[in-house]
Amino acid sequence: MEHLASTFEATAAAYPNRPAVYMPNGSFLTYAQLNDQASRLAGFFRAAGVVAGDRVGLTLPKSFEAVITLLAALKCGAAYVPSDWAAPDARGRAIMSDCAVKVLVLHRQCMGILEEWPVQLPTVLIVDDDHGAEAAPGTQLFSRAIESDAIEAKDLDRDPNRLSYILYTSGSTGTPKGVKISHRTAMSFVDWCSRTFEPTSEDRFSSHAPFHFDLSILDLHVAWKHGASVHLIPDSVGKSPKELVQFAVAHDITIWYSTPSTLNFMTQFGGLEKAGWTGPRLALFAGEVFPIKHLRRLTEIWTRARWFNLYGPTETNVCTYHEVIPPIPAEATEPPPIGKPCGSHTIAMVRDADGHPVSGAGAEGSLWFTGDCVFQGYWKRPNEDARVFENIEGQRWYDTGDVVRYEADGVMVYVGRRDRMVKRTGYRIELGEIESALYKHQRISKVAAVAIRDVEEAVKIVACCVSEGERPSIIEMKKFSHDNLPAYMVPDSFSWRDDLPLTSTGKTDYQKLLHDLAEKR
Amino acid sequence: MSDISEIKGRIKEYILNEFLPGESAGNLADDTPLRTSGVLDSIATVKLVSFVEDTYNIELAAHETGIQDFDRIEDIAALVASKKS
Repeated sequence: MEHLASTFEATAAAYPNRPAVYMPNGSFLTYAQLNDQASRLAGFFRAAGVVAGDRVGLTLPKSFEAVITLLAALKCGAAYVPSDWAAPDARGRAIMSDCAVKVLVLHRQCMGILEEWPVQLPTVLIVDDDHGAEAAPGTQLFSRAIESDAIEAKDLDRDPNRLSYILYTSGSTGTPKGVKISHRTAMSFVDWCSRTFEPTSEDRFSSHAPFHFDLSILDLHVAWKHGASVHLIPDSVGKSPKELVQFAVAHDITIWYSTPSTLNFMTQFGGLEKAGWTGPRLALFAGEVFPIKHLRRLTEIWTRARWFNLYGPTETNVCTYHEVIPPIPAEATEPPPIGKPCGSHTIAMVRDADGHPVSGAGAEGSLWFTGDCVFQGYWKRPNEDARVFENIEGQRWYDTGDVVRYEADGVMVYVGRRDRMVKRTGYRIELGEIESALYKHQRISKVAAVAIRDVEEAVKIVACCVSEGERPSIIEMKKFSHDNLPAYMVPDSFSWRDDLPLTSTGKTDYQKLLHDLAEKR
Repeated sequence: MSDISEIKGRIKEYILNEFLPGESAGNLADDTPLRTSGVLDSIATVKLVSFVEDTYNIELAAHETGIQDFDRIEDIAALVASKKS
């Protein structure tokens, strides 16, 4: 099957009474219930004019409503577009209006997104924790919409070449860009997970990543292919390390997938060691480099787990992987490698500075991919597409922008980036997007954002600023950043300067800034 | 109560050193919102919770460190003082 909705429906038919999705308090929906509610909401979407090829937005916390919404979109042949419900309203508005969603499902707290909407407003459904509340003018209640008649069979669309979802990532020019993923591309990843991890209907998947983060694709769609249960972790639990540890133990998660930062967070602050739990059967991590000493410590606590490092940008989902087999020697200092390509849907090429393919131990270059794993381009960003794609002998290759080096046996290690993108707690950040936001401050005349690693090897963002007139306080700058950027992009610190250093060609000299910051420490 | 002002002072010093390097102490008041204003993100909050737990040998439950109750130095110090006694 090459369609996420058909895959889910086949499972719902095979395992109607098994739990499909859980909330932390133990409440759940069976496959039959989830399928029925999604079909009804799809019926509402259809009546609201959603047709195959459209987009449906969701700006919601982790909840049953969120999973019903995304499944309903898929049933209609529409792509789902999740945005961070905790991000500033302007960001959600930019995303949802950019891809012109036909329906937008919002938590009541996020209604600010609708203000100053630049184009015609979509149909808006409101999710409210207060079930007695009335809908605001121009909106309708989600709780009523799922009482609609189910979508008719003739209105289901199962074209695998249509988009299944669009995930927005940080854009260097200051506005996020939408990564388009078709059903065929999504399923190439889901099917690889089936072959590699062999999930069963007995498995319990954690769902730690928010739905606008690509780790969620594995959590949801791989679990649903096999009749396993998805255990949703809302922010309130995910941000409290002790609750997160209690959650993992209480739900006896068998397949855990998160960033290394999240795992560290549980070990450092959540009392993971004291919990007396030998861990999931599979511990999968992705999104950033895992410092080896932290990984070693975890492998000594979760003694039951097999460990996999999964690598890949949102544009390809996971495209290389490496199994880390404990024990990790005490003298090891290098982080785990990103490993080898996943299979025939992930064909890799490493190219040197002249574009020539290189191979063999020690060879280093930019990592490119072709195959079904590669995304369908950025939403209405032809210039970005031209920048990252190259046609070579009839194949479309994608430039990840990552630099890697071959070790022995074709295993790859991550070396760094060619551009100014960094990863912080697993999130992609274009430093240029932070600069664009800070330039909006009236008293900032110049700004350069740089990333450094602290003693714990965590990425820290430093905003080097030049002010006009009196310098704003650092608290004011934090607040301004918080009001204009998602939380993961707020700089850790601010460094005031009289001017920014320039290179001989007149560009900001980021290397000099990094050097100055290192000297100060 | 001098106890409370001592607690406020230590929390303030910790926040300035850890999360606001370069900020002058005068800009961080006892009633400055910390989390609702973005001064502390979720990881910084966890570190602060861990710091006060270790410093004062107390345990804070998740519901006590919510964004509304754990947002200002004065509220945090009052919570710590009530736990100590």
